Amino acid sequence: MSATRASRFTPLQRGLHWVMALCILAMLFIGVGMVSTITQSHLTLVSIHKPLGLAILALVLVRIAVRLRSGAPGLPADLPAPMKLAARLSHYAFYALMLAMPLLGWGMLSAAGYPVTVLGFTLPPILPQSDSLHSLLWTAHRTLAFAFFALILLHLAAALFHALVRRDGVFEAMGPAVR
Amino acid sequence: MAQRQGPGSPLGSLVAIGVVVGVGAAAFAYTAGWLSPQRLTPERMVAALGAPMPADLGHRRNHAKGLCFTGWFQANGNGVALSRAALFVAGSYPVVGRFNLGTPNPDAKDASARVRGLSIQIKPPGGQEWRSGMINAPFFPVSTPQDFYQLLTASGSKDPGAMPGFVAAHPGFVKFGAWAQTGPWTGSYAEERYNGLNAFRFVDASGAVHPVRWSMLPAAAPVSVDPATLDAGGPDLLEQDITKRVQAGPVRWTLQVTLADASDQTADPSEPWPDGRRTVDVGTLLVDQVQAEADGPCRDVNYDPTVLPDGIAVGDDPFPAARSAAYAVSFDRRTAEAADYPRTAPAPAPAPAPAQSGAETPAQGNKP
Ligand code: HEM
Ligand code: HEM
Ligand code: HEM
Repeated sequence: MSATRASRFTPLQRGLHWVMALCILAMLFIGVGMVSTITQSHLTLVSIHKPLGLAILALVLVRIAVRLRSGAPGLPADLPAPMKLAARLSHYAFYALMLAMPLLGWGMLSAAGYPVTVLGFTLPPILPQSDSLHSLLWTAHRTLAFAFFALILLHLAAALFHALVRRDGVFEAMGPAVR
Repeated sequence: MAQRQGPGSPLGSLVAIGVVVGVGAAAFAYTAGWLSPQRLTPERMVAALGAPMPADLGHRRNHAKGLCFTGWFQANGNGVALSRAALFVAGSYPVVGRFNLGTPNPDAKDASARVRGLSIQIKPPGGQEWRSGMINAPFFPVSTPQDFYQLLTASGSKDPGAMPGFVAAHPGFVKFGAWAQTGPWTGSYAEERYNGLNAFRFVDASGAVHPVRWSMLPAAAPVSVDPATLDAGGPDLLEQDITKRVQAGPVRWTLQVTLADASDQTADPSEPWPDGRRTVDVGTLLVDQVQAEADGPCRDVNYDPTVLPDGIAVGDDPFPAARSAAYAVSFDRRTAEAADYPRTAPAPAPAPAPAQSGAETPAQGNKP
């Protein structure tokens, strides 16, 4: 394989990326699915949404630590500067969203005065009860969820563009296997 | 740049990328229900409540008129054999509740609402809590949430044939109609029996499951009154009555749990279980203060019937899930519309709201 880049993300980084990608996609589908049904699956999906969301919070903390330690392979030198900037900014946005979404979910439940019960454990509220805070966080959780999904589609398109059209090794840097 | 020779033109690749992204977006839209106008979503359910009248912003979308109360649940310990929930261990636990009327109109006259409700939130120490909304009807008008939606649609319809059509298709509704027409009326929230109607599962310490329903039985003897007399009592007569009673001394109910027989269905709240089922009185609800809703502690509580402690679980009754989904929509809207329903007193300092932080649950038995 004639990748233009010497290094790839470490196996741990790649593992975290793909496990979290699956979890996050699942969370987005579970989220919009659970708020659009009144059947019993509403409760089932909510009972997955909360622990899985908090697992993502735990994973992203590990992931950020690993990223700070292991760094990232550079982008191809011939990638136009605006594309590099877009890549970097979108990756920052992903880290911010992975941190913010679970905290917004937890905060929103706290502000609503719901007990935050996850897998039988009751977590402490992270914010005081407040209708204005609840409605702010609710709007943020929902709006950012849609923004998150849109960004994932863009990221997916870009990754496939690197893999299929540019064939510049960017996909392989995160890809599952070396050919 | 290191272009690899291989099959597939860039155009073909771009099309493939477009297809992948398009399929992803479509799957998301489908899951969200955006492609299924006939799916009964919580939004559609809530929109049907009170339609065609516009919603009263800032208020609950159903059971909109109400009065907050606080008090205590005094568990006698008999519930421990049925459920491991902490609130059944003998002791006294704080309650935030709400007397309410089954109407989407927050300004309804008290005498106009056939259905009266009682909502409770019991917080024993430990952070877990129990929320329940009960009504005075002895059974629910319909068997499923879907039928409830059809009932709402029919009763909100301008078509004079809609309701007769609904009744013809749902013969079971006649029973509720008979209760509404001929059942007794009382002149007080304190004299009503409130029924949870939905079946849940109690789980005891050994893990054994007991399908149950529950009711609040009034200590005050019900006195039947003529609805016309009630109407003469003014638009807020029930609120005035309960305020006066509570000022005179605590008002009580007994929480009674009814156990299903093995042969009883547990999925249809329109079908009461036969008389003679085993019942267990598990404690007393004691109401010792009432507060106006606008700045009362029940205002921002969602009495979602699926907020349950360990030891109480949802069973095969489809209503709790449907209610949870719909109440959340109502709650999300009314908290966003708080400016349309001003608090009458200055908002409390942002310090933890007394009724809401489980951490400051008073020590057991220090009241009343
Ligand atoms: C990466 C993490 C998360 C993602 C991607 C995510 C995504 C979503 C999405 C897409 C929705 C549906 C929004 C709508 O269509 O209205 C949603 C709703 C919700 N999420 Fe999350 N979520 C995450 C974490 C959490 C966590 C950790 C919690 C709680 C502990 C949480 C609690 C909720 C609740 C309660 C709702 C329903 C809100 C309502 O409409 O009342 N979420 N989430
Ligand atoms: C579903 C949620 C996803 C999230 C949150 C996500 C997040 C990220 C982040 C934060 C990075 C930057 C890593 C770093 O520099 O630290 C990254 C890189 C990458 N992702 Fe994803 N990703 C997701 C899905 C996908 C999918 C579906 C694909 C491909 C089909 C993909 C392919 C890639 C590739 C090829 C890179 C390497 C880019 C580079 O070398 O800078 N990702 N992803
Ligand atoms: C699918 C069927 C039902 C729907 C769609 C529905 C809808 C609603 C809605 C939207 C609210 C306002 C919630 C809020 O903003 O906090 C409400 C309140 C209430 N409902 Fe239901 N409901 C249903 C079934 C029932 C049943 C079976 C009962 C009784 C056993 C019941 C009793 C109550 C009570 C007591 C309240 C007042 C709660 C409070 O004080 O905040 N509902 N309902």
